[in-house]
Parts: sequence; structure tokens; C-alpha cells
Amino acid sequence: MSAAYLTPEYIIERNKERCTNCQICVKQCSFGAHSFLKEEKIVVSDDAKCVNCHRCIVYCPKRALVIKKNPLEFRENANWTDKAIKEIYKQAETGGILLCGMGNDRPYPIYWDHILINASQVTNPSIDPLREPMELKTFLGRKPDKLKIQNGKLMEDLPPQLELEMPVMFSAMSFGSISYNACEALAMAATQLGIMYNTGEGGFHKNLRKYGKNTIVQVASGRFGVDIDYLLAGAAIEIKIGQGAKPGIGGHLPGEKVGPEVSATRMIPLGTDALSPAPHHDIYSIEDLRQLIYSLKEATDYQKPVLVKIAAVHNIAAICSGIARAGADIIVIDGFRGGTGAAPLRIRDNVGIPVEFALAAVDSRLRSEGIRNQISLVCGGSIRNSADIIKAIALGADAVYIGSSALIAMGCHMCQMCYTGKCNWGIATQNPDLAKRLNPKVASTKLVNLLTAWANEMKEMLGGMGINAIESLRGNRLMLRGIGLNDRELNILGIKAAGE
Amino acid sequence: MLTRKSEMLLHEGEIRIPSGCAISGIINKKGKSFSGEDIIKSISLMHERSNGLGGGFAAYGIYPEYKDLYAFHIFYDDFNAKNITEQFLNEFFHIKACDKLPTRKVPGIADAPIIWRYFAKPKEGKIMDLQLNEDDYVMWCVMKINSEIKGAFIISSGKNMGVFKAVGYPEDVAEFYMLDKYKGYCWTAHGRFPTNTPGWWGGAHPFNLLDWTIVHNGEISSYDTNRKYIEMFGYKCTLQTDTEAITYIFDLLVRRHGLPVDIVVSVIASPFWYQIERMDYRLRALMKAIRIVYGSLLVNGPFSIILGFKDGFVALNDRLKLRSLVAAKKGDFVYVASEESAIKIICSQPDTTWYPKGGEPVIAVLDNSDLIGQKAWLFKNIIDMSINKDIFDNDGIYGNIKVTGKIAVNGGISKDFNKEFNKDLDNDMPEDIELLAEVESL
Amino acid sequence: MRILDALNVHYRDLNKIVKELINSGESEIILKNVHGQRYIGAGAKGNHKLIIEGIPGNDMAAYMDGLTISIKGNAQDAVGNTMNSGRIIVYGNAGDIVGYAMRGGEIFILGDVGYRVGIHMKEYEDKKPVIVIGGKAGDFLGEYMAGGIIIILGLNTSDAEDSIGNFCGIGMHGGTIYVRKHVNINKLGKEVIAVEASMEDICIIAGYVKKFSHFFNIDFHSVMKEKFIKLYAHDSRPYGKLYAY
Repeated sequence: MSAAYLTPEYIIERNKERCTNCQICVKQCSFGAHSFLKEEKIVVSDDAKCVNCHRCIVYCPKRALVIKKNPLEFRENANWTDKAIKEIYKQAETGGILLCGMGNDRPYPIYWDHILINASQVTNPSIDPLREPMELKTFLGRKPDKLKIQNGKLMEDLPPQLELEMPVMFSAMSFGSISYNACEALAMAATQLGIMYNTGEGGFHKNLRKYGKNTIVQVASGRFGVDIDYLLAGAAIEIKIGQGAKPGIGGHLPGEKVGPEVSATRMIPLGTDALSPAPHHDIYSIEDLRQLIYSLKEATDYQKPVLVKIAAVHNIAAICSGIARAGADIIVIDGFRGGTGAAPLRIRDNVGIPVEFALAAVDSRLRSEGIRNQISLVCGGSIRNSADIIKAIALGADAVYIGSSALIAMGCHMCQMCYTGKCNWGIATQNPDLAKRLNPKVASTKLVNLLTAWANEMKEMLGGMGINAIESLRGNRLMLRGIGLNDRELNILGIKAAGE
Repeated sequence: MLTRKSEMLLHEGEIRIPSGCAISGIINKKGKSFSGEDIIKSISLMHERSNGLGGGFAAYGIYPEYKDLYAFHIFYDDFNAKNITEQFLNEFFHIKACDKLPTRKVPGIADAPIIWRYFAKPKEGKIMDLQLNEDDYVMWCVMKINSEIKGAFIISSGKNMGVFKAVGYPEDVAEFYMLDKYKGYCWTAHGRFPTNTPGWWGGAHPFNLLDWTIVHNGEISSYDTNRKYIEMFGYKCTLQTDTEAITYIFDLLVRRHGLPVDIVVSVIASPFWYQIERMDYRLRALMKAIRIVYGSLLVNGPFSIILGFKDGFVALNDRLKLRSLVAAKKGDFVYVASEESAIKIICSQPDTTWYPKGGEPVIAVLDNSDLIGQKAWLFKNIIDMSINKDIFDNDGIYGNIKVTGKIAVNGGISKDFNKEFNKDLDNDMPEDIELLAEVESL
Repeated sequence: MRILDALNVHYRDLNKIVKELINSGESEIILKNVHGQRYIGAGAKGNHKLIIEGIPGNDMAAYMDGLTISIKGNAQDAVGNTMNSGRIIVYGNAGDIVGYAMRGGEIFILGDVGYRVGIHMKEYEDKKPVIVIGGKAGDFLGEYMAGGIIIILGLNTSDAEDSIGNFCGIGMHGGTIYVRKHVNINKLGKEVIAVEASMEDICIIAGYVKKFSHFFNIDFHSVMKEKFIKLYAHDSRPYGKLYAY
């Protein structure tokens, strides 16, 4: 960040009385915000380098550090905000496209927070989840319209299904965008929880293939690491068309992050850029998607469900109808608040639509076409807690993907600097010294804890609604009411206003 | 406006109105007809469970002289609605007979709509035009009239059966319709306790489509999930009631998907996953498939229902047993009701009385029934029984099953069972129990 | 050797039979009357030979790992999509995106190919994918190319005619394209540098042309007597300066 006109965003305050100049903060900061002056034998800080990731604060044994937002402000201007001005300085200096990490941080409405959940009172009973059975088991995959049963026997086998112990999966995060340890933590936790980990476009590291039963392998436009063994190594295959953070945009893993392990896993030479084209070049139309879906099914003998993941964009309902008819078993909709390791800022902040609307629109559309029961619907794009999941399922999702929440559980502090590869928490980095800060076992335990807690909360909410199986919540929009929404928004969400 | 007490309040179909209730059912398995007096007595005893805002009866076998014709009972708000509806009926049906449904003046019953009944035969040519089978054709016409003709509502559309319902207490409803004068081989009844309603006659129970009728107690929590699923198959939930949704579920699964009744019961009140995991692998595969494919038709939350159809009835509780249900048997009669006293008042000394468990059906059908054209898999030849879900709870060893409850096999021999069998080890299984032979062939 | 008549057989059934034969160790399978059946040889492994008479459908040999497939006729789109190893010989033309994201193996095509051939080809360790095209190629040849070799022979093109289309090698950041005779530099992506092939390059080219001549019964020397132009990426990081960090 050499932009001459830029002033520090944060101020590091060091309490001189507490600081012992132990240099732990110096070692912890990969951005170089702290340094040791050898002659004076003191530790000093450079505010301009601080990204506010809290690493030094958490690790300072003397609690000597505080980071504050820089109170320096431009003359008040509702139009030319600090952010707008600084972005121009930066681009004027570098001539570059602005990059960012994690999901859209702009103050768009968060519709989850405008939806309230029902509970039973008198006319039917709430159920106590601690003592009565409460089922979260979820199956994702293509379902026939009806079963053929004769003499107590199933006359036709069901298409392959993903069996989840709870309707949550870890969304695609590639080895490359996150560290090996982070991948392993996710894979371990998914296995322990009976859910799914997703390789993203980064290939499937050979040491992680033992978690294959709980892994979805992704096929994206770059086809990194994709061969027949890869396709067979997981429980399902996901075709990534787009992601919520950067709809319509490909990927670009800079060569610096392609070390020996990433190189071997993606099957590309050491240190080369890994470019994922914006489209799949074998998909220029919906019938081509069918071709790719069936090439994967043919190659894997129809044993793996195929997911198709798309970003929530304006015409999402019609697109999803096409995907369902193209033969996808599971459709994944990723909303515009979904996270990413790196995305052009303008794309992240301006392209796509909220997943709440997308989900409701898709579910309604597929129902009106009479095909909703045939496919499964997964939604992602900033699911922050168990209530978001309950709301998503009541709006029509079969399950949700979580990415950012899982990273936060592992220690991410949302500094949004993933694209620099300097993640001080050992997550979004390929620097071995930083990556080893993340202990996969410890991180996995945190993930298991988080989702165990969420499962219990979901059971509480289900019980409150008098429901003892998650499938009875699916599309059950009567369990939702809107607050602070206009008629049009309520209409799209297909829910009534609170009090109605 | 005769059928709505108040313009200010929305009625069923415009708003979802949950309700609590009393239910009762009687069948003579030999198909002998008996008057409505017993069912009236039974439902009236549970007066406290209703609040006067709805009562109704379904009676099977009441129109033997017209048994091959669809009998329509229709509520009209006015004569205009009647004219439009009759035009429609004449276009699609040959009306062989029709009359004003006979009623008495009863103090507890007010604001009656115009009620007519028609005995009709579908026009063959029209059926061909629409490329439907006869039942689907009639269903299409019923949906069309109920959703599109303002002020007209078909409350009954089966053959040799009829639904009689009104706003009022069940005993008054029976008096109003003179049900003591009718004779049928199977009766069900309902007393309603809606939580919020202006009281609309069409919204009372039983709900009917073709020969399906449902009386139901409890407010289900899966309503919207269930509704959205069946709507994909062409059903229009015009009343927004649980009863309507459950009726359509049965129609879809039994009549259109051709599933045996016992499988349908496993859809509506499916076993829990922990039970499924302990099942024999074949049964496990079957139950798993049922839950995977029909998960959206699991009826969640409290309910007890009596599903009536031309062969008899199926009574069922939700799988957590959140509503009450009692069953009894005496001779050729089988009784079910929300409360035991409602059975005892008409059958003081039954041969057996039992309390079905959650998710455990009471299937009581005519001796000569083939369970709607198909053999039920577990219950082949068994004419009425209470299957304990323990049958699904076998310990995973193939052939080791536990049967408890009352089982009567074809030929009227009643057997008490409460033991475990191991098919491979236990040779003293009674031969006349077809059930076991069927389990063996799983 | 097994001969199968594919007339009116759905691809799902056809491919199932082929896979079963492969798994049972059948070394050579001839498919007659192929009419657009997709995914032939998709995901197949082994050293088996597959001879296709007719016109195979799209995604032939997708994810293929090892087989040799000969097509006695033209092929459609996406031949050798994401192929890992093996060999494909097309005695005719092939459609668009031949060898998309191909990582290994060889594809020889006697005639012309469509758009975006060799797009996103990449190499890894001992895997170096090769596409040899006897005729000419459509636009976007070798787009995003990250590794491997594409050789365009332009056998039936006149001196005035280009054997490559527009935007050749656009986004290229690895691998090599060899073009016989001449190259119109206006048709190259800005990332691409064109030089005359060195002796070292000619040796590489000769190895593949030898095979090509052998498969298609074409005189090796008359092919090799023309000069070859080598196209390669001037930077393995074409987008390094695109972003502001």
C-alpha cells in the first residue's frame, strides 16, 4: 500500500507502561505493522500497515495493545465518503482493479433480520427437544415423483443421495485460497458431524482423500486437479458456474500461492498463476450444462449426485428451472453476501442479489412448475447463525452452505485481507509459517462445537414451532412473518407481515 | 350472503383457521347398514370438545339405489350460484336425479345455505376430451366449481356416500339433516372447535373429495410444507385447512400413486430415524426411501384423523401421539373415537378396546375389501387391526418381529397377540396369520 | 476384439457396454454406426483400443485416462475434455474446444478444428498434453493456455491463407503453439511472442509429425520441409499488474 495520499485506517495504541518489548507482536504481524528498533531496543508500530486483524492484541501477553479506528475524517460529505475518496487515491496511484476479500460489507438490507419465526401456543403444542425426538437428518439428491412399491419391496432404486446429519455443509473453499490446515480442519469436522466438506476448485489433496465420504469435489472452469480419480474420490460432484461474491467472474490464484503442495493438488506447475475462466468454455448455453452434468455422471457411472452452483442474479428463478431440467440433482444458490478469498471490489459490492429473495423466488418458481420435489436446493451467501438456517429452510432450502461462519469459527477476524495471502490466523495463506498457526485438530473441534450448538438451537426453534422433523419445515413459509418490509418484498419472499 | 355470518371476518380459504375437535367413527365389516343414531350419540357425548362452530358427518352406503353415480352435495349462497353451477354440471355430467337435501328446522342451526344434491354420471365424451380417468375428471370438476364459481361449494362428491355438515354442534347438525333417517355401513363424525372463525358451513368437517372423507383433530405444524407439495400435483387447497390437505395427500398417494394404505401411513406418520436404523435392511431401505421421497408429506404436529373411504376407515395418530384416539371392536363392528366414553355409550361391552400408539393405524375395512384395489403389503387379508409400530422396531435380525395388539384375520377369528416371533426359530406361529408370511417375503 | 453396432443405441446403454467390456479386459472394441452418442470413453482407464466408425457425440473421451480412440470420420465438440492421458486419432475434422483443460495425452486430427481448441490446456510434471492439427484452427486457439503443445500443420491451406484464427493464444501463460509455414501476427493475443522455431523445437515437432504421418499416411518430409513458427507467452503472469493490492 504505497499510495501517497492514503492515511492509516487504524491507529495502534501501545501502552508503554505495559509493553515489555517482548516482540511477540512483531513476530505475529505478517503485515509488518510492528517492528523492533535494535538501537533503542523498543517495539514501535506503523499504523499504515495495520489491517485490524486483532492477532497482536490477542497474543500480547501484557494486554498492551489497542487498535482504534482512525478518527481522522475528511470534511463531512454524504456523497464523497472516506471510502470513495480513498479508493480513488489508490487507483490513481496503482492503475489497478481494486481487490477485496470476504463478502459484501456494504449496508444493504439483510433480509434474514427482517424475518421472524413462529412458535406454538395453545392450539398445538411446542415440543421439548431435550426429551422428545427432533430430527435434522437431510437427504440431498434427485427424487422421483413417486415410489413404486410392490409386496413391501422398492421396485426402483433411488438416485444417489447425500445423507447429512444436519442441513448444513461447508461451502467450497479451495486449497490455495485457504491453507492446507484449514482444509483439513473442515474435512475432519465434516466427517465428525456427518456433513460435507467442499474442495472448491483447488483439487483434492491426497492426504485428505480419506475424508472422501464427506467431501464434495468441485469442477470449475479451470478444471484444476480434475481427473477421473478426483471425480470418484468424493461423495458428490459440484459444477461451479458462479459464486455470490463475484458472479460472472472467474478466479485468479496468483503464482505466489502456488507452492509445492498447491501445485501437486491442482496439478499445475509450481509458481504459475492458476486462472479460472469466467465461463466454463464447454458451457455457452443451458443444453451445454446438461452435457457437462451427464459427462460427469457417465464418467462416474451415475453413482454421484451432481450439484450445480450459481450466483444469485436477477433472473435466478428461470435459470434454476433450466438447471433442474438440465439434470442437476442439487442446485446451489449463492447470495451476494457470500465470501471469497479474492474478488474485484466493484463486483463484490455491486453484482448479484440477496439470497433470501433468490431462494424464495426459485422455490416458488420450481413449485409452480411442479418440479421442486425432484431436486434439492441449497443456499449460501452469509448464513450467520442457526436462525438464518431455520429461515432459509422455511423459505424453501433443503440445506445451507456456510463458508465465512466456518472461517470465523476457526479464528478469522474478518479483516478482509484474504487476497494478500498474509492471513495472520493461518487460514487464507500459503505461507508455511503463517499456515502452521492453525492447528487442524483445534480448528476442527471449534467447527464441531459451532455446528453442535447450531443443531441444538435449530432443534429448539423447531420444537417451538411444534415440528419434530426438519422436512416439515421445508417451504413452510407460514412459520415466517416479515417485519419492516414493504408489500413487494413480502410478496417476493412469500410471507405475511408480522401481525397478519 | 347466507353462508358467512359476517362480512368483516375472513372465512376458510381466505385465511388459515386452525381448530381443535372431537372425532368418532363406526363400521360394520360385513357391510350391514345401520342408522345414524349411534354415531350421533357417540359424537354428542364429546360436546365439550366442540364449540358450536362446526359439526358434520360422513356416511357410506346411504344411496344404494344410486350406487354407481357420483352424489354431489352442494352449498349455494344464492340462486345465481346455483344456476351457474347447474349449467356447469349439465355440461360435464348427465344428471340422473336431483333434489333439495331434506332438512328440519332446528333452533341451534341458523343461516343455512341453499343445499342441493345431485346424482350424476360423467359424460364419456368429455372425459375423453380431457384425457383423464373418471375419478380425475370428477376431481377436476370439483376443483373447478369450488375455486371458480362464487357462492357454490361442493361438500360431497363420492359414490353411494354423503357428507352432511353445518355450523353448529354435531347433534344439532344431525337433527338438521335428519341423519337418524339414513342407513349406512360406515359413519364418521366431527365436532369442531375452531380458534377463529366466523363459522362458514363449507369450512366444517368432514372434508371430502370423491369418496375420501377426513375428520380430524389437532392443528398440524407442517401444513404449508404439505400444501405446497400436493399443490404441485394439481390440488388446489381452497380452504387452507389441515383436513383438506390430508385428504389430498391420501388421494395422491393411494389413488394416483397406487401406494398401499400401510405405506401411506408410513409417509404421514413415518417412523423416526433411530427406529429406521434398527430395522431389517430391506425394511430400512424402504422406509428410508419413503422419507427421502415423501418427506414433505410427513404430517407433523398433533393430529388424530379418521380417513373414510368406500371400503371403511383408517384411523391414525401423529407419531408423537399428541392427540387422543381409542379403538374398540365388537362382533362385526369396529369403533374409533377421541374418547373411550364416546364408544362405551353405544357399545357398553366391546370384545376388545385398545389405545393405538403414535403412528399406529387402525385399519378397519369391509370383509370383501381389497383395500382400494390393491393388497396392502403388511396387512394382507387382515380386516381390522391395530399394528404396533414395534413391527418396525424389530431388532435388526431378519425375521425377528414383535407383534402386539389385536389382530383379526379373515374369517372373523380374533387373535390376541403380544409376543415376539423369530421366523427362523419359532415354529409355533399360527398359520392363519398372513401377516407373518408377508413379512417373511419382504 | 469385439464389434458393437451402435445404431439407435442410447449413449447411456452404449457406454455401459463399452465400460463393461473394458473392465472385462477386452483389448479392442469397434463401434460401428455411431451417430452422435455422447461421452464415449468418458472417465475410462486402461490401455484398451476403441475404434469408432461414424460420428461420435460431444465430450468424447472426457476425463479419459489411457485409452487409444480412433475415429474413422469427423468428431464433434469437446473431444478430450479434461483428458488426463491416452491418445485420440481423428481421421477427419473435429469441432470446438478440442482438448479443453486437457492435462495429458495426445490428440491427432487430420483435418480442421473449430473454435477455442486447446483452451486452458495445462501441463504438470511428466504430463504434457499435445494436440496436432493437420488442417487449420478457428479463433481463440490456445486461449488461457498454461502448458502443453499445439501443432498446426495447415496442410491444405494456401500460402495466402492463415491456418490460425483470431485471438490466437490470448491469455496464454504457458505452453507452446507451433504453426507451420507462417503466422499473421495480427491474429495473436497480446501475450504471445512469435519466433521461428529453433532446432530444439524442430526436434520436438518432428517427433509428433512422425506419429501424425504414420497415422494418416502422409509424407513426413514434405510436412517438415516448411518452416515452423513458435508461439509462446511472454510472461507466465499476464495479469500480475492488473490488481491493486
